[in-house]
Amino acid sequence: MPLKSQKMGDALVLTMTDDRIDAASSIRFKDEIAAAARGGPHQIVLDLTRVEFIDSSGLGAVVAVMKALAPEQRLDLANLAPIVDKVFRLTRMDSVFAIYPDAQTAVRAHVA
Amino acid sequence: MRKPPFVPMSPDAPAPADAPGSTLIRLILKSAPEEVRTGVQSVILQLDPVHLDPDERSTLELVLAEIVNNIAEHAYCGRPDGWIEILVRPRPEGICCRISDEGKPMPGGKPPPGLLQDLNVPVKDLPEGGFGWFLISDLAKDLTYERQKGRNTLRFRMAIGAA
Repeated sequence: MPLKSQKMGDALVLTMTDDRIDAASSIRFKDEIAAAARGGPHQIVLDLTRVEFIDSSGLGAVVAVMKALAPEQRLDLANLAPIVDKVFRLTRMDSVFAIYPDAQTAVRAHVA
Repeated sequence: MRKPPFVPMSPDAPAPADAPGSTLIRLILKSAPEEVRTGVQSVILQLDPVHLDPDERSTLELVLAEIVNNIAEHAYCGRPDGWIEILVRPRPEGICCRISDEGKPMPGGKPPPGLLQDLNVPVKDLPEGGFGWFLISDLAKDLTYERQKGRNTLRFRMAIGAA
């Protein structure tokens, strides 16, 4: 899965370049994001700006990524398209993840 | 898309989706994840003339994807060669859909209750699945399920506009 990785302040911003996280791609998504975050900084921001569709498998994969992080790491989400935001809201996952309008805001919110 | 051998649903099973009156979209696909993805996307593309708003369009795509993935995963137990038929008919009261397969019946003869998961738990215990039926039952209207002659049929309607 194409993934862009970029340092921003003390955080690592991972930007998905695929436009879907669904049943056909969720396992690969989970493995690649978890690998990119491993040994990384305290804050990992997942930038979903290109993602136009997520289903329940994709949602489960985002949860799995968070569970795979080291205890001192956190996973924040940025740039959710309306349908992605809707899936997080309906399932109440917006109470588990901090969701930001963009990566800069996410990083600024967690400056040590 | 290639068509596997398939006998169409008998006319003694009337459904909102196959009632006369407007364009009918019919698609048969196999229960493999990639085919599910392209199949559902193709149904959505064929609905272009209906001019759904972006939220209605992506919500329908989500519900179709959840149902068809559920069939592939549970009714066909992950086998990639089961057939799934999608019928979609835009009507004044909404987008009427019928989805059929010949996999295992729903446990207990009815769709799962689709309850919201408990998220008030430590991170390590957060659920990674089980959101699908919650989304389906929350977003689809008038959902019915029947098992007849070895065939599962789900019918539902997606509200559009004020409907």
